[in-house]
Amino acid sequence: MEYFIQQLINGVTLGSIYGLIAIGYTMVYGIIGMINFAHGDIFLIGAFISLITFLVLGIIGITWIPLALLIVLLVSMIIASIYGWTVERLAYRPLRGSFRLAPLISAIGMSIFLQNYVQLLQGARVRPMQPVISGGFTFLEGSAFSITVSYLQIVIVLLTIILMTAFALIISRTSLGRAQRGCEQDRTMSALLGINVDRTISLTFVMGAALAAVAGMLFVLYYGVIDFYIGFLAGVKAFTAAVLGGIGSLPGAMLGGLLIGLIETYWSAYFSIEYKDVAAFAILVLVLIFRPTGLLGKPEIEKV
Amino acid sequence: MMNQSNNNTSGIDFTALLKESGIASLVALGLAIVLVGFKTVDTPTGMDIATRWVWVLVAVASVFVGRMLFAFRRESKASRAPVHVDLEAKEKRSAIIVNRFSTIGGPIFIGFALVLPFMPFADRYVVDVATYVLIYVMLGWGLNIVVGLAGLLDLGYVAFYAVGAYSYALFAAYFDLSFWVCLPLAGLCAAGFGVLLGFPVLRLRGDYLAIVTLGFGEIIRVILLNWYEFTGGPDGLSGIPRPSFFGLELKRTASDGSQTFAQFFNLDYSTMHRLIFLYYLILILALLTNFFTIRIRKMPIGRAWEALREDEIACRSLGINPTNTKLTAFALGAMFAGFAGSFFATRQAFISPESFTFIESAVILAIVVLGGMGSQVGVAIAAVLLIGGTELFRGLEEFRMLAFGGLMVAIMVWKPRGLLAHREPTIKLHPDGAPPPMKQAATEGGVK
Repeated sequence: MEYFIQQLINGVTLGSIYGLIAIGYTMVYGIIGMINFAHGDIFLIGAFISLITFLVLGIIGITWIPLALLIVLLVSMIIASIYGWTVERLAYRPLRGSFRLAPLISAIGMSIFLQNYVQLLQGARVRPMQPVISGGFTFLEGSAFSITVSYLQIVIVLLTIILMTAFALIISRTSLGRAQRGCEQDRTMSALLGINVDRTISLTFVMGAALAAVAGMLFVLYYGVIDFYIGFLAGVKAFTAAVLGGIGSLPGAMLGGLLIGLIETYWSAYFSIEYKDVAAFAILVLVLIFRPTGLLGKPEIEKV
Repeated sequence: MMNQSNNNTSGIDFTALLKESGIASLVALGLAIVLVGFKTVDTPTGMDIATRWVWVLVAVASVFVGRMLFAFRRESKASRAPVHVDLEAKEKRSAIIVNRFSTIGGPIFIGFALVLPFMPFADRYVVDVATYVLIYVMLGWGLNIVVGLAGLLDLGYVAFYAVGAYSYALFAAYFDLSFWVCLPLAGLCAAGFGVLLGFPVLRLRGDYLAIVTLGFGEIIRVILLNWYEFTGGPDGLSGIPRPSFFGLELKRTASDGSQTFAQFFNLDYSTMHRLIFLYYLILILALLTNFFTIRIRKMPIGRAWEALREDEIACRSLGINPTNTKLTAFALGAMFAGFAGSFFATRQAFISPESFTFIESAVILAIVVLGGMGSQVGVAIAAVLLIGGTELFRGLEEFRMLAFGGLMVAIMVWKPRGLLAHREPTIKLHPDGAPPPMKQAATEGGVK
């Protein structure tokens, strides 16, 4: 039982990271109906920027952890947003209104490009990082299995909850959120009503990229090692999470992220660690067969 | 003053140009400052940081200049009197060019491919690269059935390639079967997997299909990687037997009771024989794929694929079963991947999961889409360009994939429908010359 709870805590932590990335996929899919394949690589870039910023801060001498975290968070969010914006501007905007596969291929190309760009600039070797936040609470000390909740896990889950709430508020309360929901429903009509569609789409990419950067930072903190290949797998799993939750739905993305995180953790804990990726995909296939719109997605009616 | 008069004549606003380039270079600065400016370095005690400000400066400056030139060209084009462009005539002209290219280009390509090994410049390296390119041509043609004809977005095509390769290697290892027996078996295995995967997922809409096939590709790879006892795991399988030429072995010395190719034809033994033989083998396999595709397009099932790609609802109301129709396309595409896979295994004599990563699927899909979906010649050209082109840059290993990704984006932005985009309608209600009742939506293909 203790083991089960411990895995639950680990799974929720991992799921939070996936959820943050999944939001970017689901928003972009909702608004322009394309799979932003390069999103996983934005996450990768966010992770590398966080690592570098941590190292630089260490050299300058800013070691008070809350301040350092805040600076890293801001820097990685801002720079990853610029990447998100640039990717959209260069690779997707010229293809808007083109036939359906074109942006997807462009996105795959962008993903390959960014991954190799990072590899070229930062090297192919695994990059380790010293743990920044250590320690935690331990429950049931003395029994066979004690449950540990590290401070880092608390930070990750709290930060995710805060960002999600902020995000939900942006979507539901601000004029930008209204514009986004409008574009999602009908782009032409929104344009007629005076919404700058291009700008709204750009901002959607920027928001997704910022969240992916946060996920990247949390990933660096949590795992302590990154390499240039993490973007692909995390991206695929986050997309799986978005589909699982119902693509286009924000709570769905979070729920899907949590589920994928939990499935993966429990599978590795009770069955085999080698096949954890298989488990996540197998669940995805099952969900799609029995509930093709995902868990929280609205069924789509096809009209002639 | 000079500036002023210049402004008046050409109508180009230089301050706006400067501002635009300034913004672009600011963005470039933002992009470059952390990732380019700092480099993480390993030190014995941990990680350290090195700075590369010169690189950042170069990046920012080149973006500034590049944007300036781009904007200048755009503005000077716009300031000239607007030229009337007859879009329909342009479309027709490009259609004629593409058409001519397809009809003349095809036979020329095949002719060139047939004589290539006997050209004076064809050394080991050239034949080897040509074989490699032809594998991708074949894969591209195979995937073209799925993506180009049936309009199903398959991101896990490499899984079937892997199934073909491993099934040949395993059949040969466990049952001691020859290449020629295994080739159809490998195709069957791959097609079987195609049906197995396709049956549950082909009811899904396009993007879901993409992600499920991607997941399937990864699952196959992970299984190959971890099922150590059976597939050799990351070590792969080696010592895969080579094919024979009608029972004649292409080796230096024949095994008992058989002859080598060189002995039979009274030739001096040369390793080139095997390379050329493999080259022709894949050429024949690829042409077979091509021939099959061309023929099946004219059959009811091929027509059904293309109709399904254009409008699924219309097809359903006409009594076409979408799932079964898609399933045949999926299985046939998988079968050709299986053939190509078993050829790959016999050529390399060694396979490991390394060769079947997602990037391979992306490359094959890129070949199909860049070539202009559905265009057979286009796919061949794209394969030669992408695979042959990146092969030329093998020396610059690190930049190869970077350039590959960049090239994919650039071609898509430049020609979103691919290099040879025009597609002839499979069937014409009114022969050429007669006025069509409506505008033919010949080029409006693509995945719905």
